[in-house]
Amino acid sequence: MRDHPLVQLTLARMREFYREPEAIFWVFGFPIVLAFALGIAFRNRGPEELRVGVLRSSGDSELVQILDRSPMLTAARVEPDEARAQLRSGRLALLVVPGDPLVYRYDPTREESRLARLGADEALQRSRGRTDVASVSDEKVTEPGSRYIDFLIPGLLGMNLMGSGLWGIGFSVVQARTKKLLKRFMATPMKRSHYLSSFILSRLLFLFVEVAALLGFARWVFGVGVHGSLGAMAFITVLGSLSFAGLGMLVASRARTIEAVSGLMNLVMLPMWILSGTFFSYARFPDVIQPFVKALPLTALNDALRAVMIDGTSLTQLGAPLAIVAGWGIVSFTVALKIFRWR
Amino acid sequence: MSAVEAGRLHAASSRPVPAVRCTGLVKRYADVVAVDGIDLTIETGECFGLLGPNGAGKTTTIEILEGLTVPDTGSVEVLGMRWGKGEGAANQALRERLGIQLQETQLADKLTVEETVRLFRSFYRKSHTVEEVLALVELEEKRKAWVVKLSGGQKQRLAVACALVSRPELLFLDEPTTGLDPQSRRQLWEVIGRFRAQGGTVLLTTHYMEEAERLCDRVAIMDHGKVIALDSTPRLIASLGAEHVVEFALAGGAGSAPEAAELAALPGVRSVRPSIDRTALTVTEVHRAVPALMALLERRNAELSMLTTHHATLEDVFVSLTGRQLRDA
Repeated sequence: MRDHPLVQLTLARMREFYREPEAIFWVFGFPIVLAFALGIAFRNRGPEELRVGVLRSSGDSELVQILDRSPMLTAARVEPDEARAQLRSGRLALLVVPGDPLVYRYDPTREESRLARLGADEALQRSRGRTDVASVSDEKVTEPGSRYIDFLIPGLLGMNLMGSGLWGIGFSVVQARTKKLLKRFMATPMKRSHYLSSFILSRLLFLFVEVAALLGFARWVFGVGVHGSLGAMAFITVLGSLSFAGLGMLVASRARTIEAVSGLMNLVMLPMWILSGTFFSYARFPDVIQPFVKALPLTALNDALRAVMIDGTSLTQLGAPLAIVAGWGIVSFTVALKIFRWR
Repeated sequence: MSAVEAGRLHAASSRPVPAVRCTGLVKRYADVVAVDGIDLTIETGECFGLLGPNGAGKTTTIEILEGLTVPDTGSVEVLGMRWGKGEGAANQALRERLGIQLQETQLADKLTVEETVRLFRSFYRKSHTVEEVLALVELEEKRKAWVVKLSGGQKQRLAVACALVSRPELLFLDEPTTGLDPQSRRQLWEVIGRFRAQGGTVLLTTHYMEEAERLCDRVAIMDHGKVIALDSTPRLIASLGAEHVVEFALAGGAGSAPEAAELAALPGVRSVRPSIDRTALTVTEVHRAVPALMALLERRNAELSMLTTHHATLEDVFVSLTGRQLRDA
C-alpha cells in the first residue's frame, strides 16, 4: 500500500509543499491575514461622522456650532487656502461657504459628500425654524450575515480555492517539466494517470486544512458562521477545488517555463479576482458584462459558497452555479489531457 | 508468465539478442540534423560508449534508444523489443527492464535521498530495496538528507540509484560524470563497475575520453550526428598508426619554426598536426623522434617553450579524425 506509486507520488507532492514555508504562507496564512485586515478595516461601527468644513468668514462659528450638533456630522472651521485641498483629498466631505445664499461646495459623485450635504442642510434649515410635517419613527435592524465580513469570508474562501488549485498544480507541473523531472518519470513505467491523480489527491488533502483554517479563524475572530449544512460546504469546496485543479492542469499543460506559466495564471486569475465578487458584489458591473461575469467559475463558486454560508441554501437549489463550476473543471481537464506536454 | 519473464527466458534460451540494435536513425530539428544516419549494435553485457563533443548528437541518439524521442526514420530494437506509442503494455514492460539517467534531470530539491529512491522504486514491479540501492551507490549516510543539500557527485549517484532501483538489464547513462570532480567521477565509475560485474549492459555518453577509455569495451566516436569511428579503445588508438604523441611549442622570436614537411620527415613520425599554440606529432618511436626533433630545432636556432609526450588517447583519435579538439570542438 505504502509503496503504491499513487501513494508515493502524493506523498512527494505533499512533502514538497509543506517543506516550502513560502507556499504554506500563501496558501494558509495569506487568506487569514487578508480576512483579518479587511475585517478590521470594514468592521461595522455604525455610520461614521462626516467631516464638514466651514469657510472662515463672519458668522462661521455659529454655523460650526449648529452643524456640529447634528449626530451625523462633525464640523470645523477651515482656512480658505486649505479648504480646496481638504475637499479634494476627501478629508472634508463638504464645505459650507457662509453668506446669503449659503453655498454647499462638494463633489456630487462621492456618496459621503451627498450624505453630508443632506445632513448639513437638514441641520441648518431646522435651526432656522423648519419643522417636520409628517411624524416618523426608526426601526433599526442588523441582520446576521449582513456585515461586510460575512460577505467577504466566502469570497476569500473561493479565491483561495482558485489560487491554490492554479498555483499548487500549475507551478509544480511546470517546475517538474523545466527540471526534466517529468521526462525522467516518462522513462519509467509510471502511469500518467497516477502522476496527475497525485496532484488531485494532495489538493484534496490540503483542502481540508485550508478550509478549516479560514473558516475556523472567521468564526473565532469575527463570529462568521455557516448557516447551511457542513456537508453542502464540503461538497462545494471539493467541487470547486477539483474544478480549479483542472484549470491549473490546463494552464500548465504546455508551458515550458515558470515565467510562461506565471503569466498564464495571472491572465486567468486576475479578471476573476476583480470580476467574480470576491471583495465587492459583482452587481456593480454594467449589465452588458453580467452574463460573462456569471459564467466565470469563481463567480459561480462564490455565489454557491455565499448561498450556503449566509442564507443556508441547500445544494438542490444551487444546480446552476454548481453546474458552471463542474463544467469548467470537466472541460479544462479534458483539454489539458489532450494537449499535455509530457516532457 | 509476464512479458518480462518471457523476454528474459527468450534471452537466456536462444542466442542472445543484442541489447540494442538500431539502423538508419535520423532525427532532424527545425534548423539542424541532430542525428544523421546512425547504426549501432550493443551486445548484452558490454559497456558501450558514445564519445563526442557537445552537439554531436549523443543525447538525441540515447534518447531515441530510450524511447523518449521518436526518430524521423530508422528502426530501434531494445532488448529485442520495439518502442510503441505512449503507454502501451509493451512499452511499460520494456521500461521495467531499463534503468535510465538523463543528462539534465534535477530531482526534487526538498525530498530526501530515501524518499526519492522510494518514489522511483514504486514505479516498478520488481526492484531493489531502498537499502540495497543506497548501498550500491554508497549513499547510506545521506539517506535522510534533502536532495538540495547533496554535492554534485552525490546528486549524480542518486540519479544513478534511481536508474538502478529497478534491477535493470540495460542501463543508459547520459554524461553521468559531466561537471564532477575527479574523486566523484571515480566513485561513479565504481558504481558502474559493480553493475557490470553482475552482468548488466551499459550504454553511456561522455565527452571525457578518459572515461570512455576506462569504462567502455567499445566506443563510437560521434561528430555532427554521425558515427565517425567505432571500435574498442585499443583498436581505435592503434588506428592512428602510432602509439605516442609528442607536442611542442616554440618560444617567440628566436629562429624560425620548422615546416610541417620537415617534421613529417623526421624518423618515427607518422603525422603532423599544427595548431595555433602548439604542434602535435604522432610518433611510433619516441626515443628516435625526440632527439631528431631536438637536432632539427637546434639547427633552426629555435627555442622550445614546451615539450610533452604521452601515450596516444581517444582524444588524439578524435583530433586526427576531425582536426578539432574534443573539449572545444
